[in-house]
Amino acid sequence: MSSFLIECKDLTIGYEGVPVVKDLSFSVGEGDYLCIVGENGSGKSTLMKTLLGLKHQTKGEIIFGGGLKQTQIGYLPQQTVAQKDFPATVREVVLSGFLGKKGLLPFYTKAEKEKCRHNMELMGITELAKKSYRDLSGGQQQRVLLARALCATEKLLLLDEPVSGLDPMVTAKMYEIIDSLNKNQGITVIMISHDLQGALKYGNKILHMESGEYFFGTTGDYRRTDIFHEMSTCQCNCDCDHHTGAIKTEGGDVNA
Amino acid sequence: MLEMLQYDFMVKALIVGLLVALCSALLGVSLVLKRFSMIGDGLSHVGFGALALGAALGLAPLSVAVPVIVIAALILLKISSNAKIKGDAAIALVSSSALAIGTIILSKTTGTTDVNSYMFGSIMAINDEDLILSVIYSVIVIALFIFFYNKIFAVTFDEGFSKATGVKVGAYNTIIATLTALTVAVGMRIMGALLISSLIIFPALTSMRVFKSFRAVTICSAVVSCISYITGITLTFYLDFPAGPSVVIVNLGVFIIFTLVGIITGKRK
Ligand SMILES: Nc1ncnc2c1ncn2[C@@H]1O[C@H](COP(=O)(O)OP(=O)(O)O)[C@@H](O)[C@H]1O
Ligand SMILES: [Mg+2]
Repeated sequence: MSSFLIECKDLTIGYEGVPVVKDLSFSVGEGDYLCIVGENGSGKSTLMKTLLGLKHQTKGEIIFGGGLKQTQIGYLPQQTVAQKDFPATVREVVLSGFLGKKGLLPFYTKAEKEKCRHNMELMGITELAKKSYRDLSGGQQQRVLLARALCATEKLLLLDEPVSGLDPMVTAKMYEIIDSLNKNQGITVIMISHDLQGALKYGNKILHMESGEYFFGTTGDYRRTDIFHEMSTCQCNCDCDHHTGAIKTEGGDVNA
Repeated sequence: MLEMLQYDFMVKALIVGLLVALCSALLGVSLVLKRFSMIGDGLSHVGFGALALGAALGLAPLSVAVPVIVIAALILLKISSNAKIKGDAAIALVSSSALAIGTIILSKTTGTTDVNSYMFGSIMAINDEDLILSVIYSVIVIALFIFFYNKIFAVTFDEGFSKATGVKVGAYNTIIATLTALTVAVGMRIMGALLISSLIIFPALTSMRVFKSFRAVTICSAVVSCISYITGITLTFYLDFPAGPSVVIVNLGVFIIFTLVGIITGKRK
């Protein structure tokens, strides 16, 4: 295991001196599909922002390997609160995903416009291209931002709760697209998710965050932990029964 | 209209004013959306102080005002992007101090009658040297705006994403602030220190009532701003209105019309 894309050592991150993430160590290899799970407020989004350089850690270090450059990273923020009256069309927003890698070049190329069209089609938002971003529903906005993230992605894709707010059909399609990027194009994926089922199905590594307590390892190892059992029973108690079935069968698969 | 153009000072006021109207409208869209419009206001007051100082020292107004306003812009940008400082309060502090200093300097040197022209603008104010400098600065602002248009959109729409994907957000914010400073410096004498910021804010707000894409809003702002300026300056010439206020009044009229159009078309949808 020498080809780390990202390696975090003893990371402590906080707001105004109050630590949110404490002494966290983990690593992401090239081609990994890491799912970050855990309760609300455990610092998942904060960690992702720190990986992206939007926030500074108070302690510890983040090492980037594999020649990873900032301009090769795609990012889906957790539901950006778009300004109420911001004038921007869907196409303008999606295209802006390319800007990081353009350096000083001022205008979009034909190839970029073509790729933008392709990504909008993937997300099923082609007919929204000329619509105003602010007039879309939450789920539609999410898909626009995902298309923008795809435009930016060359090596690494960071997703902060990509499927929350999407209907089941779109969720399934989204997982497929991300999975295909990971498997077929070798894009490394880091995804924050509350959908444990999806995380276990597609991810190969799990980072579980709870206040002060972390698990990091493969999905297989994760299934054998106490936190996992607590989490899966908890999820089953509070709502539906489909979680129970799915997790149990899949857990069975691994053990078998 | 043609009669206006027989006067040298009117031709200068038209050339400089139109360029300023264009520059401020282009930048205004981003400034308004970034909640930075207060910076334009703060800068104009700093500019007032700088002009007064320049006049007292017997220097060409723009040669003092441009560097002072650019530096002030960078400081104000720093202040308003720092979450710990109350940005609007700090800007108000800087504004009123610069205003006070400028007024005292003027009253002790050239006399208070000049205060009126500095505050509310004058079409007689442009001399040949100003004209050349104004044209050069305006062309630079417009060229850089077009060149960086897509990035300006990106850092205005979503600074976090832009930064995360490698856009030099800090550099582009600095560029926006510097271009705004140049525009304010060039436009201050015609529009006046109190009113130049309205040239930045009005066209953007007006266009946003009706248009929904960033590009359409930008283009519409530019057109609205230039038409409002020509109309305003014509009122100044024929009805002897003060220059800045008449341009602002026309802008207000267009804003009201666009708001009504926006309500009507919005309802029909
Ligand atoms: N900008 C901020 N300033 C201060 N505290 C914050 C800020 N953002 C998040 N926090 C706090 O940090 C903690 C972790 O937040 P976050 O990373 O968003 O959690 P998660 O994404 O896991 O739900 C929360 O307790 C939250 O209140
Ligand atoms: Mg979060």
